[in-house]
Amino acid sequence: MNIIVCLKQVPDTETQIKIAPDGKSIVEDDIKWIMNPYDEFGVEEALRIKEKFGGEVTVVGLGPKRVTEAIRTALAMGADKGILITDDALEGSDSLATAKALTAAIKDLDYDIIFTGQRGIDDDLGLVGASVAEFLGIPHIALGIKVEIADDQSSVKVHRPVEGQTLVIESPLPVLITAQKGLNEPRYASLPGIMKAKKKPLEEKSLADLGVDASEFGEAARKLKIIELTPPPERKAGKIIEGETPQEKAAELAKLLHEEAKVL
Amino acid sequence: MGERKIFSGGEFLISDVTPADIFTPEDFTDEHKMIYQTAKDFVEKEIMPNIDKLEEKDPDLVLRLLAKAGELGLLGTDVPEEYGGLGLDKVSTTVVGEAMGVAGSFTVVYGAHTGIGTLPIVFFGSEDQKKRYLPKLASGEWCAAYCLTEPGAGTDALNAKTKAVLSEDGKYYILNGEKMFITNAGWATVFTLYAKVDGEHFTGFIVEKDFPGFSTGAEIDKMGVHGSSTRPVILEDAKVPVENLMFEIGKGHKIAFNILNIGRWKLGAMTTGGCKGCIEGAVKYAKGRIQFKVPISSFGMIKTKLADMAIRTYMSESMMYRLAGMFDDKLGTLDAEAKKSGAENAKAIEEYAPECSITKVYGSECLEYCVDEYVQILGGYGYCAEYPAERYYRDSRINRIWEGTNEINRMLIPGTLMRRALQGRLNLLQAAQAIPQELMSYSPLAVQLPDEPLALQEHMVKMSKKIALMVAGLAAQKFGADLVKEQEVLAKVADMIIEIFAMESGLLRTKKIIESRGEDKAKFQIAAVETYVDQTIPTIEMWAKQALAYVEQGDTLRTQLAGVKKLARYTPIDTVSRLRAIADRVIELESYPF
Ligand SMILES: Cc1cc2nc3c(=O)[nH]c(=O)nc-3n(C[C@H](O)[C@H](O)[C@H](O)COP(=O)(O)OP(=O)(O)OC[C@H]3O[C@@H](n4cnc5c(N)ncnc54)[C@H](O)[C@@H]3O)c2cc1C
Ligand SMILES: Cc1cc2nc3c(=O)[nH]c(=O)nc-3n(C[C@H](O)[C@H](O)[C@H](O)COP(=O)(O)OP(=O)(O)OC[C@H]3O[C@@H](n4cnc5c(N)ncnc54)[C@H](O)[C@@H]3O)c2cc1C
Repeated sequence: MNIIVCLKQVPDTETQIKIAPDGKSIVEDDIKWIMNPYDEFGVEEALRIKEKFGGEVTVVGLGPKRVTEAIRTALAMGADKGILITDDALEGSDSLATAKALTAAIKDLDYDIIFTGQRGIDDDLGLVGASVAEFLGIPHIALGIKVEIADDQSSVKVHRPVEGQTLVIESPLPVLITAQKGLNEPRYASLPGIMKAKKKPLEEKSLADLGVDASEFGEAARKLKIIELTPPPERKAGKIIEGETPQEKAAELAKLLHEEAKVL
Repeated sequence: MGERKIFSGGEFLISDVTPADIFTPEDFTDEHKMIYQTAKDFVEKEIMPNIDKLEEKDPDLVLRLLAKAGELGLLGTDVPEEYGGLGLDKVSTTVVGEAMGVAGSFTVVYGAHTGIGTLPIVFFGSEDQKKRYLPKLASGEWCAAYCLTEPGAGTDALNAKTKAVLSEDGKYYILNGEKMFITNAGWATVFTLYAKVDGEHFTGFIVEKDFPGFSTGAEIDKMGVHGSSTRPVILEDAKVPVENLMFEIGKGHKIAFNILNIGRWKLGAMTTGGCKGCIEGAVKYAKGRIQFKVPISSFGMIKTKLADMAIRTYMSESMMYRLAGMFDDKLGTLDAEAKKSGAENAKAIEEYAPECSITKVYGSECLEYCVDEYVQILGGYGYCAEYPAERYYRDSRINRIWEGTNEINRMLIPGTLMRRALQGRLNLLQAAQAIPQELMSYSPLAVQLPDEPLALQEHMVKMSKKIALMVAGLAAQKFGADLVKEQEVLAKVADMIIEIFAMESGLLRTKKIIESRGEDKAKFQIAAVETYVDQTIPTIEMWAKQALAYVEQGDTLRTQLAGVKKLARYTPIDTVSRLRAIADRVIELESYPF
């Protein structure tokens, strides 16, 4: 069973995000970059399938050179090979262009399942997985929390939560599945794994290497344009409810919830 | 990156070290970064949820967590691959130690197990001993302990009473005696232990908990690190197979002291991690605590605390990684044959015994400073067990006592350097003797410093070296072999040397950052070094003068004091603004800012 996992590098959830002076991007100076947590579920699931059925796990990342760190982490967890698509012309690409580049890198590989995260925790668009599936002409199952491979390895059943219920979807292979929280508990990159990862193949590919036209990528080719980024509004100061007795305080709270907050 | 020049132990006092010569955290490889992340994740996800439970000393929990650490390779960085470890560089070990530094009592379990517990076998075990013990220690299946201290032999460790006598059939050593304060004793399987063969020859043994005649006493109630096990170890006609004698009869001191060197540097790494934990806890609290209608983090005095904690931790961190790099460089010069010999490895590390003591003292005192301010920033809540500051405060205290008290480490620094000077290994005396001559022609007013960042600080570090050498040289001249009895003077020399290594490590690291990233990206580090040097120079001047006032009298003294004054001449800079800028950075990032 050969599996491909697409990886994105995103700012650590604990990073304090600052909007750049242009109002459309973020200041990258102090950012600590991590592997997109949803992609990490994908890596873990791929490794578990490989451990059960054999085969190879290839991780494909896209972005500047620093994305190598996320790929190396996946290799340290146990993936076999890495591909980094990196090209100055990719700077500023939208999800569709990203999916195109990933597709170009994946299409000639041998794969049964492709995992992507259900979305990136940075821009929260959730478009790349579906787009790659579309470009490759394979089925796409979103938001998997359980993946069951048929014993004959020809099909897969994916569990997907829907409003507290579970939808079980079956698909032939190859298939693209986007990973949702709950799919698994990703393993640590162990120290032996980290040292082994150093020797695993990690290929870098430019757009030219992938045989695609650079003009379809980057800021200029964006179909979606970011007009403005705004920080979340400052939280208003809390209100302390005054009153002599608990009864009085409760009455005042109920009144405020009804009249001011209008939630009762 | 070019080759780093290799310096001998203590040589920094008489040589100009350049930024390119030292290893810094900015030089981490991808692997170092990933190892740090794994160790940090392990602490966050496995240890922190159990941090209160760990205080109850539940052996099952401790051993389970140890095995988990072993599974991830966190226990095997120093164990060679052929014995189930990873055989990584010393920087990797430092990285793991630092990440483990916030793990409360588990830091102690980990430190004693991987350091003083496992390393004697790594360095001095026979092939058979390594094969029998190391794989299980690296995997965490077995826990290790180290038994040097006795009720009557603490700092004076070689004065052990525990005795080993060969059995009549020649198959066993029969051990009798008592060891004191043994970390991990309650759950360890393997005990490295020292006893005197025939009551004379200090020798290392490997003792297993199930050997007949071996037992442990009751847990000792302690001020802190409650989750670590500390017990006496009792040997009553304990039968230890002859093949468990370590290294050579009568060579136990070699094992003991070499292991202590390494333990000191590892302790430095762990305390650095602890300092970062204090900063994080303190700044988060300070931002949320409102008094006088504003967060207390907006008060200048709280900012000073946050900034000083960060600055000292920066120096500490710079020293730890510089030393780890020195080990790696030195070990890199060993030929293939020597690389395999644990004793050769230990010898290479012993070269830096003075630096090991320096980092141990600095690291433990830096942590002590940070835990104290951590409690203070939390006010009354810092004093209460509900907040981690209270535990940090108690847990920190032991670090100035074990791995050699800070007193004995202070004595060891000048002691070792002077001995090497007399052996001709280190040109200290010549350098010291040249200073009076230099002083005659030296005029601080004539000094032309290049117009670049930290030029003044670099100059002051150079002058500090001269001051320390001058005092040490004059004291040696006056007291000769009796200098060892002049602890008060030696302690001041040691303090100067420690501060010089601290300032220089921070300075060189920052210059390296300026070279690679530019001045603007190094502005907080520059402010840290400027502030630290500003704070330290007057102290060095004072120590030197106090020491000289005891060593000399009259006109000679007056000339010497004038010399010190000339060397220490320095115009203070505005540190208030710098401290504020650093504190604001700590507050912005809510963590150690460098
Ligand atoms: C919690 C804990 C865990 C420990 N774990 C271990 C362990 O795992 N294995 C182990 O072998 N030991 C262990 N120890 C022992 C520890 O290393 C000793 O406590 C330490 O070496 C000091 O010895 P002592 O307590 O006998 O103090 P002493 O040696 O009696 O020292 C008392 C004071 O006198 C000072 N002093 C002594 N000699 C001199 C001198 N020459 N010059 C100036 N001052 C001097 C000391 O600095 C100290 O301030 C542990 C101790 C504790 C408390
Ligand atoms: C064991 C114990 C017993 C106590 N007993 C009593 C008692 O019997 N009766 C009683 O009334 N109280 C008692 N207290 C409370 C004690 O007096 C307070 O803890 C103390 O006044 C500090 O207040 P705080 O803890 O709220 O800290 P905070 O006021 O929150 O202070 C936190 C930190 O901010 C600093 N800070 C605050 N304001 C400023 C400022 N303007 N400028 C610079 N720095 C500032 C503080 O110095 C401190 O470092 C007790 C506390 C303890 C822990």
